[in-house]
Amino acid sequence: MAYQWDFSPVLANAPLLVEGLVNTLRITGTALVCGVALGLGLALLRLSPRRLLSWPAGFVIEVFRTTPPLVQLFWFFFALPILVGIEMTPFVAGAVTFSIQSAAFFAEVFRAGIQSIERGQWDGARAIGMRHDQALRRIILPQAVKRMIPAFMERAIELMKTTTLIATISYADLLFAANEVSQKTFRPLETYTVVALIYFVVIFLASQVARLVELRLARSGESTVH
Amino acid sequence: MRWDFASVLDNTDALLVGAAGTLRIFAICLVLGLSLGLIVGLGRYSRNRWLHIPATIFVEFFRNTPVLVQILWFYFALPILLPFQISPLAAASLGISLNSAAFSAEIYRGGIQSIETGQWDGARALGMRWGQAMRRIILPQALKRMLPALTNRAIEIFKMSTLASAVAYVELLQQGKLIASLNYNPIEAYTAVAVIFFVFLWPLVQFSYFLERRLKRDE
Amino acid sequence: MTILKVAGLTKRFGATDVLRGIDLEVARGERIAILGASGSGKSTLLRCLNFMERPGGGTIALDGQLLGREGKAGERTYRESELIQVRQRVGMVFQQFNLFPHMTAIGNVMEGLRTVRGLPKPEAEARATAELARVGLAEKADTYPAHLSGGQKQRVAIARALAMDPEMLLFDEPTSALDPELVGEVLNVILALAGEGRTMMLVTHELGFAYHVATRVIFLADGAIHEQGTPDEVLKNPKKDRTRAFLASHKQFSF
Repeated sequence: MAYQWDFSPVLANAPLLVEGLVNTLRITGTALVCGVALGLGLALLRLSPRRLLSWPAGFVIEVFRTTPPLVQLFWFFFALPILVGIEMTPFVAGAVTFSIQSAAFFAEVFRAGIQSIERGQWDGARAIGMRHDQALRRIILPQAVKRMIPAFMERAIELMKTTTLIATISYADLLFAANEVSQKTFRPLETYTVVALIYFVVIFLASQVARLVELRLARSGESTVH
Repeated sequence: MRWDFASVLDNTDALLVGAAGTLRIFAICLVLGLSLGLIVGLGRYSRNRWLHIPATIFVEFFRNTPVLVQILWFYFALPILLPFQISPLAAASLGISLNSAAFSAEIYRGGIQSIETGQWDGARALGMRWGQAMRRIILPQALKRMLPALTNRAIEIFKMSTLASAVAYVELLQQGKLIASLNYNPIEAYTAVAVIFFVFLWPLVQFSYFLERRLKRDE
Repeated sequence: MTILKVAGLTKRFGATDVLRGIDLEVARGERIAILGASGSGKSTLLRCLNFMERPGGGTIALDGQLLGREGKAGERTYRESELIQVRQRVGMVFQQFNLFPHMTAIGNVMEGLRTVRGLPKPEAEARATAELARVGLAEKADTYPAHLSGGQKQRVAIARALAMDPEMLLFDEPTSALDPELVGEVLNVILALAGEGRTMMLVTHELGFAYHVATRVIFLADGAIHEQGTPDEVLKNPKKDRTRAFLASHKQFSF
């Protein structure tokens, strides 16, 4: 007997799934904003000629790029609270983990972008008496950021996929909702298929937007850094 | 506060079992992912619609869905359609391999496309068939260029092995969870797991940097 | 009135001694042309004068004030804050223009006034407009560098340097990157500045221009001053063989 597909129980639980999607977007958005900001900071530290600043930054970047995000998540959720004596909700643990993890990758994008600006621009800025930070802020970064946008979008989409890990520490994101609905309705096939499709649609749209932006930038003659 | 690494050291057996599990799933997914990726990549490269479109759908779908979702689908959803159970290893391997195949397909496609058409001309002028040209002339050259990206893929696969713990497959993180719950020492347990992963992956990461520098220098 | 005094300036890059002891005094209103073959150290010398490169050894004094301070091992150390002040008083124009592509022409000229001097926007804009007019590009104020010709870009770069009211201007091969037909417009601007009595040092390959604009010509070879004097002395009646050879190679295809 062929399996009878029945999506109605899943659709009946749509509110749960929608709430899950909202939470997914919430954690992704938070980690993205914090990750970019932290990534810029890490990149600037990494580029500093002072070893006292560049080595710790390099260490953080390497550790967070060379260890699995799920291990990092477990560490921040289960281990850190005991170590520091604070309460960690799943959201906070996820936000901290994914912010630092994505920051490690964003830092490399920033670094490549800043280093891709030709030295003549630094010369021009210094020749009119700019300090290093003024040159960075007014001349180098504005040019670098335009080049880094495609790589950023790629990393942002990766982040959207990585945050699903937060379901394993019981944060009510879309994947966690899928689990709940599947157990409630006894219809894992339909539930997980629907959820997979929702993820696909959201992420696919995001990557199409990224592709459009990249095309626009290519047309206006900007070179890009990956 | 007291760090209790002694209990972790007592559990080295458990960690070794975990490491074996990690390496097993890594090997499976590496081989499956990279070889399936080559086939799909050739499909993406082909101009034949019957090959190109399915390959594109495959790549777009498996690149734009999170691996964990795929693993859970294979573990919970697929068995409903099939007359047999799917083990945690099978579900996790399927999810990670298909995802890796999708990403490596694009690496292969990019690498093959980067070989200038003159090489094809030279091969065909000698009377080679498409398959021979690909195997003897194009792929060997493309492989050198793709090595850094493929090494990065391997590193990602290794890290993704931890996702198998979500379906209770016995690998390093799963063992870490076990040790933590038995000994109430999550700090030491998870730090140990993190360190083990770092020690495993660090040489591979350095190797990929070396490959990137060598490629930049030779190009 | 000496504005710049250089004593025993040395600079080494890796294992190469690029500058091997330069002694130089520049009076206000002087216009010095620096000539030499590639690798003679002329760009390095210029870049040391506004501390785009840190001198290896020797001293530099601007307006009577010795720059930097004596370190423990006898070498001189320079604080970036001091060098920044120097760069506001000694302007530089580059061979590759180094305009900021994300700002308009007037944006480029204003940038130093706004960010370094801290002037409010209206004031900076008014001043920048005046400088652009001075180099003949008032109507290109809102144009981006990508849409300017090489000669126009270099003139904007000159306006950018002038906006800082420098006491001295350094030109590092200002026309070497330009198409020949655009060289004239830049040289004419420099000539006008000369007419105003500005102190300037010019590294150039345009020997004819050097002859007309300079009050003193210096020929650099192997990182040291090989010969110097008035344009008539050095360019028309050189005393040393190497100077003669250099000039001959430049005149090889003149008609």
